[in-house]
Amino acid sequence: MTQQEALQEYLLRMADSGMILAQRLSELVGKAPALEEELASSNVALDLIGQARNWYEYAAELIDDGRDADKLVFLRDAHDYRNLLMVEQPNDDYAVTMARQFFFDVWHYFTLKALVNAKDERIANIAAKAVKEATYHLRRSSEWVKRMGDGTEESHRRIQDAFNLLWRFTGELITPDDIDHAMFEAGIGPDPQQLKQDWFGMVREVAAQATLAVGEEDAWMYMGGKTGEHTEHLGHILAVMQFLPRAYPDATTW
Amino acid sequence: MYAQMVDTGTKRLKTLEEMSPEERDFQEKIDAETKIEPKNWMPDAYRKTLVRQISQHAHSEIVGMLPEGNWVTRAPTLKRKLQLMAKIQDEAGHGLYLYSAMETLGADRDEEVQKLHDGRAKYSSIFNYPTLNWADMGAVGWLVDGAAIVNQVVLQRTSYGPYSRAMVRICKEESFHQRQGYQILLDMMREGTQEQKDMVQDAINRLWWPALMMFGPHDDESPNSQQSMVWKIKRKSNDELRQMFIDQTIPQLEFLGCTVPDPDLKWNEERGHYDFGEINWKEFYDVLKGNGPCNHERISTRRKAIDEGAWVREAAVAYAAKQKQRAAKAA
Repeated sequence: MTQQEALQEYLLRMADSGMILAQRLSELVGKAPALEEELASSNVALDLIGQARNWYEYAAELIDDGRDADKLVFLRDAHDYRNLLMVEQPNDDYAVTMARQFFFDVWHYFTLKALVNAKDERIANIAAKAVKEATYHLRRSSEWVKRMGDGTEESHRRIQDAFNLLWRFTGELITPDDIDHAMFEAGIGPDPQQLKQDWFGMVREVAAQATLAVGEEDAWMYMGGKTGEHTEHLGHILAVMQFLPRAYPDATTW
Repeated sequence: MYAQMVDTGTKRLKTLEEMSPEERDFQEKIDAETKIEPKNWMPDAYRKTLVRQISQHAHSEIVGMLPEGNWVTRAPTLKRKLQLMAKIQDEAGHGLYLYSAMETLGADRDEEVQKLHDGRAKYSSIFNYPTLNWADMGAVGWLVDGAAIVNQVVLQRTSYGPYSRAMVRICKEESFHQRQGYQILLDMMREGTQEQKDMVQDAINRLWWPALMMFGPHDDESPNSQQSMVWKIKRKSNDELRQMFIDQTIPQLEFLGCTVPDPDLKWNEERGHYDFGEINWKEFYDVLKGNGPCNHERISTRRKAIDEGAWVREAAVAYAAKQKQRAAKAA
């Protein structure tokens, strides 16, 4: 794999992870547990789609086969998607929604913090804006994890169950593969060792404040999203999200 | 908008002579266009009518998120997804400020929401219609927000200060939504395929009459309007507002190259207005009574969101209480 191919893959991972998480959040529109949460949850989704668009546009320029950001989103099938498995997991109850968000936000925040200093100026610029948004996302999801963990007996049980349920998808966030290593060596991506340490540090700190137990580092982990091997959920997400462009292939404008 | 039939609780209008000194002072303020503020004295019926009207309006914003939420997961481009989600988010925001304006009258948000979920409180009939194709996202913006604006522009001058100020902010955002909605339709009519053009016409066919119903019953069927007009809670009659909406919308419709499903619609030179056919009032009252295509779905979705979210809100309250206790101990 050339350096440029690795970069394209890496950009698609960033873009697809934000996009699919935003798509999951958009399923909650009108259904959040409080009006204030409607606003907050949509804010996060809007930020993630905005960021994804920036990553897609850069990826599309590098891929340079005539596809633009919309075509990358609406006309690729699941095996071409590079998002983390974590973000395609269903909303379930609000504890699962929030645990998923929290695990992702910690990863996202530390990744973006490193990308701000990328030797690739385009990436550094996109990350500089995105990291401000991700800082707010992380603050919000950490607060909710603490409220749920140290709230009522029921909320504690639910968020602990959610942590347990999603733990098997956390390994993918912090287990580097060849592309992650290549990006680090190119002076773009985060130091994989450092990312792992930072992720665990933050997750453990918030979990302790929330009186929650976290899983083992060496637990069995479900991985594959970054290379296009997804859970069954992604196909359904895409079937909904891509419906119009697929059903009306002759339409060139919407 | 979205308050279609608000009961004022009054049988007939009082003359100034029949009023108590407080009532007279209140009415004179209104007549002089002085805004009524939360701390001012106000007749009980005025307060109750406003709570009803503002809560209906707030509920409509919230229930109104659902027909658009139906398409937000299927928006066909990144730009349209961002626009639609931001629009729905604005509606949640409108709901929040309207509930706040309502709370200045001593009402409680949770209690009023409970009334909505029990079927005791109303919201605009328009949101009981389904959104069946993507063009509905344009047509809702253009026609539904358009009808809402006609009403709300007038309500910027409503007599109750907090409501009037909420309307100023809401109107700005809704004008933006309306233009955005129209643009969705215009882009499809100009550059779309025949299938997309058919979607646009289909959306207009389905939403035209329900949009006209948003203005409520005919003036002579609207027994509470007169009191609301004297209190300047309402500033123009249902029929006047409906006519204004039609007059401003038909040229836009023609510019799109579409039609409305009303064979009686034509320009009346003498009146300087469009004539139009009779609304199906049976359908209007059926939908208000709960027998519209989506009444059941809309309310059960809202009820489910709030009921299933109860533990989340309870957790936040319990956590805040613990934090407060800890802070007190530490001090």
